[in-house]
Amino acid sequence: MIAQPERKIALWHLGVAYTAFLIGTLMGVLQVFIRNDALQLPAWLDYYQILTAHGVLLALIYTTFFIFAFFITGMSKSLGSFGPKVRLFSWIGLWVTLLGTVMATVMIIAGEASVLYTFYAPLKANGFYYVGLALVIIGTWVSSFALVGHYIVWRRKNKGQLSPLFAFMTITTIVLWIIACLGVVATVLFQYIPWAFGWTDTINVELSRSLFWYFGHPLVYFWLLPAYIAWYTIVPKLLGVKVFSDSLARLAFVLFILFSIPVGFHHQLTEPGISNFWKFLQVVLTFMVIVPSLMTAFSMFATFEISGRKKGGTGLFGWFKKLPWRDVRFTSIFIAMAFFIPGGAGGIINASFQLNEVVHNTLWIVGHFHITVGTPVAMTFMGLTFWLIPYLTGRRFTKRMQRLGFVQIITWSIGMLLMSTAQHVLGLMGAPRRTAYSGYNDHPSAMEWFDGIISNHVTMAIGGTILFLSAMILMYIVIMTMFVLPKAETPEQMVEFPLAESDMSNTPKWLENWWIWISIAAALIIIAYAIPLTHMIQHAPPGSKGFITW
Amino acid sequence: MHFHKYEKIWLSFGIVSLIVFLSVVGVSAFSQNHTPSGGMDTIDPEKVNETAPFDNPGVTQLDEDTYQVAIVALAFGYNAPDLRVPAGKEIIFKVTSTDVVHSFTIDDTKVNMMVVPGRITTKSYTFEEPGKYLILCNEYCGTGHHMMSTEIEVY
Amino acid sequence: MDKKQSNHEVNLKGTLVSVFFVGIVIVAMWVAVYLMYVAR
Ligand code: HEM
Ligand SMILES: [Cu+2]
Repeated sequence: MIAQPERKIALWHLGVAYTAFLIGTLMGVLQVFIRNDALQLPAWLDYYQILTAHGVLLALIYTTFFIFAFFITGMSKSLGSFGPKVRLFSWIGLWVTLLGTVMATVMIIAGEASVLYTFYAPLKANGFYYVGLALVIIGTWVSSFALVGHYIVWRRKNKGQLSPLFAFMTITTIVLWIIACLGVVATVLFQYIPWAFGWTDTINVELSRSLFWYFGHPLVYFWLLPAYIAWYTIVPKLLGVKVFSDSLARLAFVLFILFSIPVGFHHQLTEPGISNFWKFLQVVLTFMVIVPSLMTAFSMFATFEISGRKKGGTGLFGWFKKLPWRDVRFTSIFIAMAFFIPGGAGGIINASFQLNEVVHNTLWIVGHFHITVGTPVAMTFMGLTFWLIPYLTGRRFTKRMQRLGFVQIITWSIGMLLMSTAQHVLGLMGAPRRTAYSGYNDHPSAMEWFDGIISNHVTMAIGGTILFLSAMILMYIVIMTMFVLPKAETPEQMVEFPLAESDMSNTPKWLENWWIWISIAAALIIIAYAIPLTHMIQHAPPGSKGFITW
Repeated sequence: MHFHKYEKIWLSFGIVSLIVFLSVVGVSAFSQNHTPSGGMDTIDPEKVNETAPFDNPGVTQLDEDTYQVAIVALAFGYNAPDLRVPAGKEIIFKVTSTDVVHSFTIDDTKVNMMVVPGRITTKSYTFEEPGKYLILCNEYCGTGHHMMSTEIEVY
Repeated sequence: MDKKQSNHEVNLKGTLVSVFFVGIVIVAMWVAVYLMYVAR
């Protein structure tokens, strides 16, 4: 078990994460019912206010706090207890991020920030919404530097050695995150805040969008990589084998540093102000970042097969039956991976330059991120939650909880399958996202969208309801494991941190030379962004005043 | 670092598929003019109504086979009178916004344009089927976002 | 050296088939949307 102070920091992170999850999923179920016109909101509450809360609390806050809980626990487990400074800065990071979260949430509730989690200018929210978001980022930086500090201390004590795989992957994710945030910090500090508080009159809209998406795409890798960390380092342990290949796992991760950042234009393929050349260049770079995910797919199946064969599985697929299906920690993550197959494939479509015109801003996109971040990432986090909280609280994870865990992940899968399939199909037919209601005065085209067997309001509402139910079961498990279940007394009752062994004997040392990766990443970013951003600044049209249209 | 033989096969297959995807979209985009909407033209967002072509929004015939359609997007509608265009002719859409970001999206077509204040988005499209097409905004623009729509008639 | 040897010998036929299933999903979905694009 890791040291008490770290356990406390991690548990606080989980507490915040699941508070955000509770509110966020409640908003989600309201959305599906408002969309199908079954629910009328009171005058003081607006669909887009709810949608802003849903996006911010789930995509930004739940993920971030969970990720840091996982990192803090794993870094203490794999590199040893934190020193006093690392602890102090981890706490400061938590409080700053939390302060920012509360500030942004209050602004959303007050109706001062119905600008969604992407806050595109010139929609102008209350300045404190942007300050809140900036504090969230700064807080995560403080927490990040605390973990980097812990890592540096370890490196100094273990000169010439490769760090454990978990630590290596955590640091990769943090490097990626810090480089990514530079874009959103630049636009929030130098564009949005001065403009929202009235110190400047206008804003360069296209520049703010580009800086946002410079951040926005690696943001999704900031969610995904912690899930991959679990897939690479936790899953093999649950299967009773070693990591398939330590060096390939590390190689995949450094490729994410290189290629997940200079690709933001693939979110801006249908907009003006960026020439086709630069859009296409970033499309090509986007396709490069698919390669490490292909490597990951292979590693995962190989881990399964090696484990299953070791347990006596024979033939082409005999190993499949030998996987530990009765272990909710494994089955949850397996389902998460399965959802990522169509999820990832959808991402390739979205990034395919003009094909983006078919799906851009339709419900397809909503379907897409619910089967990428909303399930592969979120369900991996659920699978981790089942042991992470009891591990940190020292409580037992009882048989009953294990059964409930199964009910939870299965309902989530069914709900998500219904909701996201409906959204994908509706989107392909043309139904827009981010709409309180898409009837368009019963326009025949709009009526047609919702007339299908899968593509109708009912499927989405049933899916959303099942999802919400599942979320509440998870909340019950979280509360029980956090506060109620009996403490573990015997060693068998203790919940373990299942961290797999990784054989580093064939891993080249240069993989852990961060300066190589940071320099190449910087070069790629400059190649992909320097000229188009300079053009956006030098040939900017007159800026935009702010608008409050909600 | 060591790749299993099957992993090499898999990665080769994957990378070749990606190159094929890229080539297909790249060739179709750059040699057959199927690039997504965009453009580098700018405009003063406060002077849209005085700036050509938006001082005279709607359909203009440019020559025998080409029509231009100028549209001003604003919360929560489009300033685009009399949208009637022929099928089988090239229609060049030019759209800008006087306030926030919107989209100009024609249902069941390739026309799905982001509209950014200060910029002019251009897209060329040829309708094949006559009929009435729903136009809608699919970028969040405020409380009335889901009402923002109009129609174009293709004859 | 020993490691490399043993890694060569692991039987990963099931893995190869499984990843190709993933590959087929990717190609099929992509082609489907590409055809929709062309049809519009
Ligand atoms: C109870 C479970 C959930 C339900 C019922 C649900 C439902 C929805 C619906 C209906 C929308 C689309 C609204 C629209 O475009 O008009 C939406 C948007 C979204 N959801 Fe969920 N969702 C759930 C869980 C999640 C989770 C776990 C995540 C991520 C961790 C997530 C992230 C998002 C994001 C980022 C958006 C986009 C917000 C925006 O457009 O600004 N959702 N959700
Ligand atoms: Cu609009």
